Amino acid sequence: MIKLDEIQKRLLSEVAGLHKVPEGAFNIRSNSESIGRASSANIEIIPREGGDGLEIHIKPGTKNESVHIPVVMTKTGLKEVVYNDFYIGEGSDVFIVAGCGIDNCGPQDSEHDGIHRFYVGKNAKMKYVEKHYGSGDGTGKRILNPGTELYLEEGSVAELEMVQIKGVDDTDRVTTAELAAGAKLTVRERLMTHGSQRAISKYVVNLNGAGATADVVSRSVARDDSYQKFDAVLNGNAPCSGHTECDSIIMDHGRILAVPGLEANDVDAALVHEAAIGKIAGDQLIKLMTLGLTEQEAEEQIINGFLK
Amino acid sequence: MLELKNISFGVDSDGMNKEIIRDISLTIPDGKLVVITGPNGGGKSTLARLIAGIEKPDSGQIFFNGTDITDMSITERAKMGIGFAFQQPVRFKGIQVLDLIRLARGKNIPAANACEYLSAVGLCARDYIDREVNNSLSGGELKRIEIATVLAKESQISIFDEPEAGIDLWSFNNLIDVFKGMRDNIKDSSILIISHQERILNIADQVIVIKDGQVTEEGSRDEVLPDLIGTASYTAKCAKFKDEEGETK
Repeated sequence: MIKLDEIQKRLLSEVAGLHKVPEGAFNIRSNSESIGRASSANIEIIPREGGDGLEIHIKPGTKNESVHIPVVMTKTGLKEVVYNDFYIGEGSDVFIVAGCGIDNCGPQDSEHDGIHRFYVGKNAKMKYVEKHYGSGDGTGKRILNPGTELYLEEGSVAELEMVQIKGVDDTDRVTTAELAAGAKLTVRERLMTHGSQRAISKYVVNLNGAGATADVVSRSVARDDSYQKFDAVLNGNAPCSGHTECDSIIMDHGRILAVPGLEANDVDAALVHEAAIGKIAGDQLIKLMTLGLTEQEAEEQIINGFLK
Repeated sequence: MLELKNISFGVDSDGMNKEIIRDISLTIPDGKLVVITGPNGGGKSTLARLIAGIEKPDSGQIFFNGTDITDMSITERAKMGIGFAFQQPVRFKGIQVLDLIRLARGKNIPAANACEYLSAVGLCARDYIDREVNNSLSGGELKRIEIATVLAKESQISIFDEPEAGIDLWSFNNLIDVFKGMRDNIKDSSILIISHQERILNIADQVIVIKDGQVTEEGSRDEVLPDLIGTASYTAKCAKFKDEEGETK
């Protein structure tokens, strides 16, 4: 039986919604070692050669099963790079929960760089949720640099939800995707930075097959003196459709740079980019204030809704 | 009871102070439905915004139930019992209709109760309660949701700034019923509607005409309406165009 201390429990609940050891296939990594692992009949989790991460093999046709691979770090000064490779069998339909929580109460930086590679088989469907969270009042930074690589075979579907709302000081996120014919990628990113945090999110999506579609939407809030960069590149290499959107609220002295990048290499590629950055609209605050909320409460409601 | 005493308000326009409200004094008594009407640009909406606290007067005082609220914030006035429905309702990304109604009600009422407010404004509650208050809603839908939030707030005085603007004829018929219903249950609260619509004027207890920033007429519906008929404050827009083209009188 896995023993978790209170900080570990709190981090697990923040990043994976877990209040106890999950059912089905899982691996819980804490302070650079696996503290619990289970495979199921259809999902096998094994260490990678070299021991720097995991291989997750999902049998073809596996339906309605989940995989949890959360990471928690509670020691200061840890720095790790972890590779997790997901092989998702043809025609399967699975739910994968990852995410990393760092509690750093010490003076040294703690860093987790998780590189996730997804090989999504023909007509398979995957929903992937990744939450990042930082806490602790040490002077050491909490750093997360996630890399996500997606290889979507014909007719496969990948739906990604990436959330980083609190406490992560520095992030360089890179997401790349290769889409075969008829593959579909949906990304919903939600990001809030505060203090002097810095977050960079870069996407490169190659729509290589006919009928491939991608929809990448980022909603973010930059508060205090924080900085964000959203850099989304779509390459339409076949008759395909793609949409990217950066919708951001800036507050205080927050700064945001949105860089659209669309390249159509096929006459039937239809690509769209939207970006809007601005402070909270005065009318929105006024409306909520006429309902009896203070300006601060109104701001909170607007941001909560925006990032919901 | 709401009392405005010698309210004046101006804005800067090309370095000049342009007076929009000029020394207006008026009273909105409890238990009455009062309609403020008058030509476009006469200062009606500004007056409503001054009452809600969105604008502050240059001079004069506003009393609500005997308390001077002139220097109070929008929030304080809302908490005291002033409700305000925007002429052009605001959209919110991510906030759902249910969230907005709960915020208006000031507590987490069950969804079923929130639905009653939507039904009251003629929306099929089941279809709307989970919708986001964003661009996916039409102007008319948004307007009805705006009115539903003011109903949910159950204010002592509810102000509606041109509720008919942006609403189609079908919804408008329903809206009249909403206001009639509110009028029937008014008790000691009051309703203030800024409107040009004859059918809204017809359900008023009192009518106030504002023109060029001043009250030009004030009294019961029966006293004021006959004087208004045929004037620019009253005539529907299409009829006015026809007048100008000399087709009808």
